[in-house]
Amino acid sequence: MAEFLTKSRARNIFYGGSIFFVVVFVAMTAHSHRYVVNTSTAGMPLTEEVILGKHTWEAASCINCHTLHGEGAYFAPELGNVMTRWGVQDDPEAAFETLKGWIEAQPSGIEGRRQMPAYQFTDEQLRGLAEFLRWADQTDTQGWPPNDAG
Amino acid sequence: MKYQSQKVAYWYFLAAMALFGVQVLGGLVAGWIYVSPNFLSEILPFNVIRMIHTNALIVWLLLGFFGAAYFLIPEESEREIWSPKLAYIQLIILLVGTLGAVGSYLVGIHGGREFLEQPLWVKFGILVAALIFLLNISMTVLAGKKTAITNVLLMGLWLLSLLWVFAFINPDNLSLDKMYWWFVVHLWVEATWELVMAAILAFLLLKLTGVDREVVEKWLYVIVATALFSGILGTGHHFYWIGLPGYWQWIGSIFSTFEVIPFFLMMSFAFVMVWKGRKNHPNKSALLWSLGSSTVAFFGAGVWGFLHTLHGVNFYSHGTQITAAHGHLAFYGAYVALNLAIFTYAMPMLRERAPYNQVLNMASFWLMTGGMAFMTFVLTFAGTIQTHMQRVLGDYYMTVQDDLAIFYMMRFGAGAAVVVGALLFIYSMLVVHKDEIIAPGPSNPVPGE
Repeated sequence: MAEFLTKSRARNIFYGGSIFFVVVFVAMTAHSHRYVVNTSTAGMPLTEEVILGKHTWEAASCINCHTLHGEGAYFAPELGNVMTRWGVQDDPEAAFETLKGWIEAQPSGIEGRRQMPAYQFTDEQLRGLAEFLRWADQTDTQGWPPNDAG
Repeated sequence: MKYQSQKVAYWYFLAAMALFGVQVLGGLVAGWIYVSPNFLSEILPFNVIRMIHTNALIVWLLLGFFGAAYFLIPEESEREIWSPKLAYIQLIILLVGTLGAVGSYLVGIHGGREFLEQPLWVKFGILVAALIFLLNISMTVLAGKKTAITNVLLMGLWLLSLLWVFAFINPDNLSLDKMYWWFVVHLWVEATWELVMAAILAFLLLKLTGVDREVVEKWLYVIVATALFSGILGTGHHFYWIGLPGYWQWIGSIFSTFEVIPFFLMMSFAFVMVWKGRKNHPNKSALLWSLGSSTVAFFGAGVWGFLHTLHGVNFYSHGTQITAAHGHLAFYGAYVALNLAIFTYAMPMLRERAPYNQVLNMASFWLMTGGMAFMTFVLTFAGTIQTHMQRVLGDYYMTVQDDLAIFYMMRFGAGAAVVVGALLFIYSMLVVHKDEIIAPGPSNPVPGE
């Protein structure tokens, strides 16, 4: 390595540069935080139902089979746009009924087919979960996924 | 072993290897479920098995890092660890937390954020253990000699512990949840862990090749500078499609492309040091793991990361088997192999023996590395087909998955090779034979060299 780059210069570049990038990153995430709250997720209110749905989603660890906005495990279908795929994104009642029907039909028990566990959710939790998935679906995700298949 | 308190590392490494075994066996079961989906489905569903697979990995890597710090800091600082007793208490807290977490998962008690599923009391346990560790290690370094290796190692460990705070922050807004989740996940594995990795690698190369400390440490600062300059804003490559502003597509694409550089430099560093080094260190298997780790990290984290990091590509490949391919090779090369390198280097000293079982150890390297490479290739093929069928043609997820069956069978075979390699590695560390399977040649084959 070139002579002008001594160990102490390399060290100072490391510390100085890192602080610079941390400052830029913090400023950009602060802006992003406001953007999420005011713009990209503002299409639907963050109601108690949606929050209950998120807690239900977490308690069942759905993320360790499914993806949501493309993140999670890759064992089961994407759910960020599942309400659009089912054609019930604009109909809360139909969203709830379809989801309830789906959950109650699991596990399918079909040989050679991936199995979703049986979950004993209350109607309140199912309604929350449906609202949570509708809420996720209406988020402005820069046009992702490319199509309804998710 | 120059300092008595280095012995602490022995118990950390043992615990890490036990969890390593749990991790790969969990992975094997998960891989089998892909082949035969009804397996265990009513007793132990896939999501719980995957949780154990990923959590065991993270915890054993951290135990390895902690152990590595307790091993190398006395040598670097030229003094005993401030309090070996605290180090053991820290280990006990971590083990109780780990057993508690696994037990909870098996009965269905867990959080719902990927990789951060630990019950709250376990999260606090990890925080307390991390604080004990930082106190212990910082007191040791402050009282002793400060080197670039200890500076970088400490900075990495301090920052990763501070970032753990975001494991407790879970906003109700899903997009915010995801953004702060990456503060732990990305800023660990693509920033602060790289500091730890580079510091441990520098220590290993210093010892194994005998190159001048000034040279090693200058390289170290350059590597970690490129790691943080690219990795911090590189977080943006996770912010493309989760509800964040569009400018992340450019910031993320540009800076995460630069994330290849620190891995390229680490690989170059390892080979240049071996090339320049005059020392003929008897522990050849530790050298193999050090070179192997930096090389596989370059391909797994660097090349396979770049493969799908540009937002125009990622729009189609996001959340497919491409991600799984990259994740496996990156973690294996950068963090698994590096941990196994320091175990291989340190264990003979901790047990006060000459380096032993090197042939078995090297065989385990090739089994694991070969298995991981094969797994990465088949998952990349599967992911390419999945991307085309699902994201371009619009076929439904399960239809596509059925067509990928052959790749999942090959992945299972590759995974089995990795498991055999991992068990062979653990065996070669723990069980001592009288002689090597193949007798080594003379240590200085060329006189005067």
